[in-house]
Amino acid sequence: MRGEVPGPVLLELRGISLSFGGVHALREVEFRIHQGEVCAIIGPNGAGKSSLLNVINGVYAPDAGTIHFGGETRRSMRPHRAAEQGIARTFQNIALFKGMSVLDNVMTGRALKMKRGVAWQALYWGPAEREELQNREAVERIIDFLQIEHVRKTPVGRLPYGLQKRVELARALAAEPKLLLLDEPMAGMNIEEKQDMCRFILDANDELGVTVALIEHDMAVVMDIADRVVVLDYGRKIADGAPEAVRADPAVIAAYLGVATDADRRAIAEAS
Amino acid sequence: MGFFFEVLVGGLLAGVMYSLVALGFVLIYKASGVFNFAQGAMVFFAATTFAGLVGLGWRGWMAFIASLVVMVLFALATERFVLRPLVNQPQISLFMATIGLTFVLEGVAQGIWGSEVRGLDLGIPDAPLEVKGILISKFDLVAAATAAVLVTVLALFFQKTRVGRALRAVADDHQAALSVGIPLERIWALVWGAAGAVALVAGLLWGSRLGVQFALTQVALKALPVLILGGFTSIAGAIVGGLLVGASEKVAEVYLGPLIGGGIENWFPYVLALLFLLVRPDGLFGEKRIERV
Repeated sequence: MRGEVPGPVLLELRGISLSFGGVHALREVEFRIHQGEVCAIIGPNGAGKSSLLNVINGVYAPDAGTIHFGGETRRSMRPHRAAEQGIARTFQNIALFKGMSVLDNVMTGRALKMKRGVAWQALYWGPAEREELQNREAVERIIDFLQIEHVRKTPVGRLPYGLQKRVELARALAAEPKLLLLDEPMAGMNIEEKQDMCRFILDANDELGVTVALIEHDMAVVMDIADRVVVLDYGRKIADGAPEAVRADPAVIAAYLGVATDADRRAIAEAS
Repeated sequence: MGFFFEVLVGGLLAGVMYSLVALGFVLIYKASGVFNFAQGAMVFFAATTFAGLVGLGWRGWMAFIASLVVMVLFALATERFVLRPLVNQPQISLFMATIGLTFVLEGVAQGIWGSEVRGLDLGIPDAPLEVKGILISKFDLVAAATAAVLVTVLALFFQKTRVGRALRAVADDHQAALSVGIPLERIWALVWGAAGAVALVAGLLWGSRLGVQFALTQVALKALPVLILGGFTSIAGAIVGGLLVGASEKVAEVYLGPLIGGGIENWFPYVLALLFLLVRPDGLFGEKRIERV
């Protein structure tokens, strides 16, 4: 918990519902992120956490509700449009371009920053060349920032899992996003790698001014780096607030540990 | 020795014609990781459209531009109605869709223009030219020059620009490409348009060789060994692979043919490709597949 005063609202979801067939992934979820915040989304498996990120980034179109971002209100995003508006993300199962080098992968993050026409590029001359060089510099800065210089030329498919996650973060940061969505950025990492990742996320938040929404299962990590925690259960938002408050919330404890019914208490009493 | 060179040069020039067809496959494979089953049908469709328009009394250049427009429209329609609904689907679905496209193209082409064989005269003389005692077909030279121009343009376009990087990204992972803001739809339309233009050129050259007929769709089969030799993802590979196939099949026919009964030109490239698969499955210039186990 870092206790900062929340900035203006950057993104707001109102009454978002999403279902697949008969399964309600999200039910009338209200969700907002303030500028400059690190917001953690937690909840048991199948609570709708990834669905929520996918709605924000436009992979899924919600059945009901509205999304407010960048001064516009809309029913659903499209992934390409979301990227244009400054939303970058990483995926739960790493989605990197495996055959390409780290450098090329991070360069794809600049896709939207490079606007020179196709004809210029074909000649690779004049403005197009300058543009390529400028973007290359920006990419090198990000690579330094995330300390992956030593593998810049290595094809991503050859890197260990933890480094791949870092490259994916680098690609997302290369787009200079306003909002960064991280889907389990620390899943499957050892403690040391997790600490590194935490530091990178906080640095990106402090130094680059990126607002972060992340899904994470490791409670110690969440309590450490989040300014605010949102808890989902069965597609509903059941808590939203500062980490300490959320941790003490009976509804959250019930969702994670289950609630003892009278029958349970009798069973326990009989057994003892 | 002069005879050997004559066979070799003849083979190399014939190989350029294979390269032209293979080029269309490479473009689409680069952008979607999918073998475009419909490439042969596109060659047939483009050539039939051109020949049909010429048959209606159009001038050659007008028919060429019109056919080009038709191929570009076809590319846009394919992107919109076939590819776009298949974003994020497994690549085998895309592959199946190209099989469907094949039948649509073949049916439409024959429905509109009929199924008879048409002659196609591009006005290129087929008289042999003598260079230092070696006879070379003028038509083959023109075909080679055309291929050289096409390859240079395409190579510059796709390798010197960020479009090349975007292509590889799109082929690798649709979801990730979209999330960094690569316009998947535009890239696909572009690539299919380019493949359509290549199909038109290949269709014209092959059509004036064999006549514009349904058999043109089979030309695509000859592109397979070319792709295996050169690598599915390399424009340069398509050229080198075509030259290798063309040269080796002619040389084998002339020198090996008499020993084992002749007629080996038709299957020799496939044997070559098979051997190649054992030694270098990614082809000469193909991207190495990297996988962590």
